[in-house]
Amino acid sequence: MDIIIEGIKQAFILIFTLDPEVMGITWLSLKISGTATIISMVLGVSTGTAVALTRFPGRRIVISLINTGMGLPPVVVGLFVTVFLWRNGPLGFLEILYTPASIILAQAVIATPIVMGISLAAMQNLPPGLRLQILALGATRIQMVWMLIKEARLPLLSAIMAGFGGVISEVGASIMVGGNIKGYTRVLTTATVMETGKGNFDIAMALGIILLVLAFIINSILTYVQQRERPR
Amino acid sequence: MTIERPILEARNLQVLRGGVPVLAIPELTINERQVLSLIGPNGAGKSTLLLALTCLIQPSMGNIFFRGQRITSHHDAFSYRRKLAMVFQEPLLFDTTVFENVAAGLKIRGMKKHEYCHAVEKSLDRFGISHLTSRSAVKLSGGEAQRTSLARAFALEPEIIFLDEPFSSLDPPTRSSLIDDLERILRETKTTAVITTHDQMEAMRLSDQIAVMDRGKILQTGIPSEIMNNPVDECVAAFVGMETALAGDVIRSYDGSFIVSVSGREVEAVGTAAPGDSVICFVRPENVTITTGGSGDATSARNRFPGKITRVTPAGLFHKIHLDCGFPLVAYITNISVENLSLVPGKDVTASFKATGVHVIKK
Amino acid sequence: MKLFRKCIACAAVLLSATLFFEMSSVKTVQAQQKIIILATTTSTQDSGLLDVLIPVFEKKTGYFVKTIAVGSGQAMAMGRKGEADVLLVHSPDAEKKFMAESLGISRRLVMHNDFIIIGPGNDPAGLKGVKSSAEAFKRIAASGSLFMSRGDNSGTHSKEKAIWKSAGINPEGRKWYQQTGLGMGQTLNVSAEKKAYTLADRGTYLALKKSLGLGILVEGDADLLNIYSVIEINPGKWPKVNAQGAKSFADFMVSTEVQGIIGKFGVEKYGSPLFFPDAGKKEESLGR
Repeated sequence: MDIIIEGIKQAFILIFTLDPEVMGITWLSLKISGTATIISMVLGVSTGTAVALTRFPGRRIVISLINTGMGLPPVVVGLFVTVFLWRNGPLGFLEILYTPASIILAQAVIATPIVMGISLAAMQNLPPGLRLQILALGATRIQMVWMLIKEARLPLLSAIMAGFGGVISEVGASIMVGGNIKGYTRVLTTATVMETGKGNFDIAMALGIILLVLAFIINSILTYVQQRERPR
Repeated sequence: MTIERPILEARNLQVLRGGVPVLAIPELTINERQVLSLIGPNGAGKSTLLLALTCLIQPSMGNIFFRGQRITSHHDAFSYRRKLAMVFQEPLLFDTTVFENVAAGLKIRGMKKHEYCHAVEKSLDRFGISHLTSRSAVKLSGGEAQRTSLARAFALEPEIIFLDEPFSSLDPPTRSSLIDDLERILRETKTTAVITTHDQMEAMRLSDQIAVMDRGKILQTGIPSEIMNNPVDECVAAFVGMETALAGDVIRSYDGSFIVSVSGREVEAVGTAAPGDSVICFVRPENVTITTGGSGDATSARNRFPGKITRVTPAGLFHKIHLDCGFPLVAYITNISVENLSLVPGKDVTASFKATGVHVIKK
Repeated sequence: MKLFRKCIACAAVLLSATLFFEMSSVKTVQAQQKIIILATTTSTQDSGLLDVLIPVFEKKTGYFVKTIAVGSGQAMAMGRKGEADVLLVHSPDAEKKFMAESLGISRRLVMHNDFIIIGPGNDPAGLKGVKSSAEAFKRIAASGSLFMSRGDNSGTHSKEKAIWKSAGINPEGRKWYQQTGLGMGQTLNVSAEKKAYTLADRGTYLALKKSLGLGILVEGDADLLNIYSVIEINPGKWPKVNAQGAKSFADFMVSTEVQGIIGKFGVEKYGSPLFFPDAGKKEESLGR
């Protein structure tokens, strides 16, 4: 018990004194996962919207693939991204293995299908007549798509949050492609694993608490969105 | 007052769904300032026709002419849609304030706030929802939401407005007050309108012209009284509320009237027919009168039948009385009369209706 | 509406800030081709030694070292594929084989510490007082006491397998023999939880000692030496290897200055050094 109490106490001290190492890791995590989420937002929302609003042969297969992609195990993504980014691998010329860019890449691969799948569902959940109503109001196609996105903004926000929540808490891919290099690719999750291994439970717990707080914020937003009623 | 100038015409319009024609309209003309109701049962193709008329769906065949110009390209359709407005059965509001909702169409047209502000306020005022201006559209009642949707359409000052079952998801009191307002606003703004409904009362009140549709076709077009009183066939008759349809043969004919034998009873109708003709007689329920007690009262009604009440069902402002007079007959009787005459099932009564109230279709 | 606009604004700011950050850091580092990938064992990272040495090296040479801490087995596998430039590992037998295949161009002795056999205080196998590591393992097997193995082909795991071999026991598949597949620190934590015996390097043990509640039972056997070497990967096999950087790092590790730092590392915190500098010595002479 001592170790837990002591650990939690130390953890709060580290957080509230803004310990540079803990803050550095947190900030780096936010930047890396934030960038990955923005990439997945651009790809996911646009593709999800396009698939939701158009009809084309093979659409069902595409939707199945997206839904499967929502459950991609991060370690599998990590493994494939690592193999591709090896110096002697097919994308070795990029020379980004063990850099923040490689983690961003892996996390974007993990988050994109999540954002895409939820965006797709969000757009499909809009009232079916809404498209016609917007066109009947004299909108161009671009205006229509933009208005639909605006209508689905809360579910889309939850899609983005789910993507962010998925990658900020992911450890398998980050440690494989990032290498957990101090001050460079060491993020909240990989640092937690390492500090636990080193027996620095206080730092590990501080990092864990920060992750929990982030998870709490994300879930609060998701809950808010889910509890809100739809317009008639 | 109607100026007979066509604003919208459809020619040879056909819509296929899965290879099956769901809409086939050889010709439809809507004149300026006219209010046309499309009535018919669910699945008659009313909504499909509206979508085709607004170029929101691409017909498999046929053309739409707006003010004499054929709509050929996407661009034509787009500029045509900027001159019309449409209201659907569901309010389909945006997740923002009532004001922003009503302004939506004007904003789409690239207008700035100071340009559209006045039009929005005027439209809100017209529909009596000025007090809701800054409310969230999410929190409106059904009636308020549909008023917002109508205000959004009228704010555009469209050259023609399409209303697809605008009242069918509302409860009766809300519905009737909204119909009153719409009738007034249509008159005030002199807007050309096409309204679909499956309620003939609604159609009667709002429109100059009624088109009865079934199975993708227009069966009859005409002014309301013509449709109500002279349905071209059984289908229209049934739909416009001729609940009593009596099949029989003409047995005698006089000058200007004739007698039809229906289940052994004799029904007199106005018109010309030769003995031996097979006909169907329609009697509107509102034209049937019920008397209790003796049958010796003097009356001008040529058709008087003793019978028994089989069923009494309340229908809002009146009761619907089913009678057995040797043939089934339906009468609409005011609630007060039902009470005063204590009309209950099993009671013996006399039903009467005028010969002029019988509409006859030859088979 | 407002919420939505704010979100977009935040996203845009974050995006531009992050992209700027990525551009600047990644570009400056890569443009100069001054990256060295060091594949090493978890023990060097978990003990904190590299956190002291790497900044000194980076400051001195301007190289940027990407330290990938994995087991010795995986570190050598990375070297084998040319995915690392330089290795700091502790599996002498595997290293000799590695050199024999001319996968590396030079292998130099850096330092050593020693392995220790640790276990729970009540010592069910009765290891206290035993001098020979093979004898200790025999007793563990005989008593059927729980033993935690790293099971990850790391240097520690290789050493453990060698001891089982000399004790003439094949523990694989025995009920009392469990593999964690984790790093040293975590394996120690698991052993503490399960009150099991395990083989550990002294450095990691000392670093974690306070939270473990496990004691040293066997130490000092010449078989228990844990010898770290630095290996430069052969650029002849893998042209993308940064041979110059690797040589620079290897030279640094055996330099007098670094050897001095290694000798003093941990004294302040644990009262005794975690590693003993060995540059220039012969492997055979160690532990005598």
